[in-house]
Amino acid sequence: MSSRGRPEHQAPPDLFYDDNEARKYTSNSRMINIQLQLAERAIELLQLPRDVPCYLLDLGCGSGLSGESLTSAGHYWVGLDISPSMLEVAVEREIDGDLLRNDLGEGLPFRPGSFDGAISISALQWLCNADKKEHVPSKRLFKFFSTLYACLSRGSRAVFQFYPENSAQVELITQQSMRAGFIGGLVVDYPNSARAKKMFLVLSTGGVNPTLPKALQGSGEERTGARDRSSSRPGVPVKNSKDWIQAKKERRRRQGKDTRPDSKYTARKRRDRF
Amino acid sequence: MLVLFRRFPTLHLLFLQTTSACPYTSRTMKLLTHNMLTSKAIKGVQEGYPLRVKAETVEIRESEFNKDFLVRLLPKIHYDALYAAAKDAGHLDELPGTLPEDAASSEEFLKKLHHALLEVEVITGELICPESGRSFPVQNGIPNMLLKPEEIG
Repeated sequence: MSSRGRPEHQAPPDLFYDDNEARKYTSNSRMINIQLQLAERAIELLQLPRDVPCYLLDLGCGSGLSGESLTSAGHYWVGLDISPSMLEVAVEREIDGDLLRNDLGEGLPFRPGSFDGAISISALQWLCNADKKEHVPSKRLFKFFSTLYACLSRGSRAVFQFYPENSAQVELITQQSMRAGFIGGLVVDYPNSARAKKMFLVLSTGGVNPTLPKALQGSGEERTGARDRSSSRPGVPVKNSKDWIQAKKERRRRQGKDTRPDSKYTARKRRDRF
Repeated sequence: MLVLFRRFPTLHLLFLQTTSACPYTSRTMKLLTHNMLTSKAIKGVQEGYPLRVKAETVEIRESEFNKDFLVRLLPKIHYDALYAAAKDAGHLDELPGTLPEDAASSEEFLKKLHHALLEVEVITGELICPESGRSFPVQNGIPNMLLKPEEIG
């Protein structure tokens, strides 16, 4: 994927995930492992009640890898995808969930309050693209989020792992989800690692426990990104703290200003006898 | 076998293709999924529920009975729609016409419900919107809910 640029720039999802591409999801163990890890983290972020079998959605289920994690966690699920090749692979893998062919941007075809939660692995960024002349990304995202909001039961969550292309896409996605009535925000795991960094949009329909889960931190470094809407000042670190200093340095770097590189001494207090 | 592969490097591709052409036994559209499906995404359709089931091939696949799940599911199930769908699929299998009052506590009923919801699977057929008459094909157990651009409201 990285060597050829972003897949959503190459073709629409139903064409990009052809037989060849779909086959990788049964044969490429690296891809399978990544998908499984992401799915497990997404399920963790769903914060479902313990030992209760739930009825869940897998949005952009592809070959059903993430669904298998749901099954092994004891849940029942329905998977949606637009690519017939991926769905065919899912059927071959004899996954336990049900499958539907559907374009998420057309809205979800379900009765209100049907599901206890939803996960989605690496699918949301596809909705930011206009693949046909009648596609308007903001409209499609809104349609998707509003129909999702309707078909989830109150107090349930939807967790999306996605690869945004830029901050404008993140903005577009969060904006449309909030318009649809969701509350929540981004959880960024390992925000300082270029490779391990993973973005999760954690949405809630409100109700029981609308606090945002904590992000995972790599090597005990700064914590940014995890925006908790329930706190008084979301996403703003305490002044003079390590987070605050690093955010400031990051900002200067983005502006192209001369900034000292981060080291283990960054934001440390000087010794008294200096 | 190895020698064969070495001599004909493309042979494994052939194998791949034959395996994918095999008639795989698949996990497919259960009546539980049908019970949640609507066609209200179509322009002009108000409710789009319940979709009529026109089943060509139906399979029965046994699955583990999970009482907790069924009891949790009970309030979400539209029972009349389930009854009609089971009838259309030709697998009513002693499902009572109305939801019994002691539904959540009657193991006997829950087993029948489990059978109808999770074991009757439509492999090929159609789902038909009750308002517009639009048909959604079910192939290989996967309903195709894609709409045409002019159908999107």
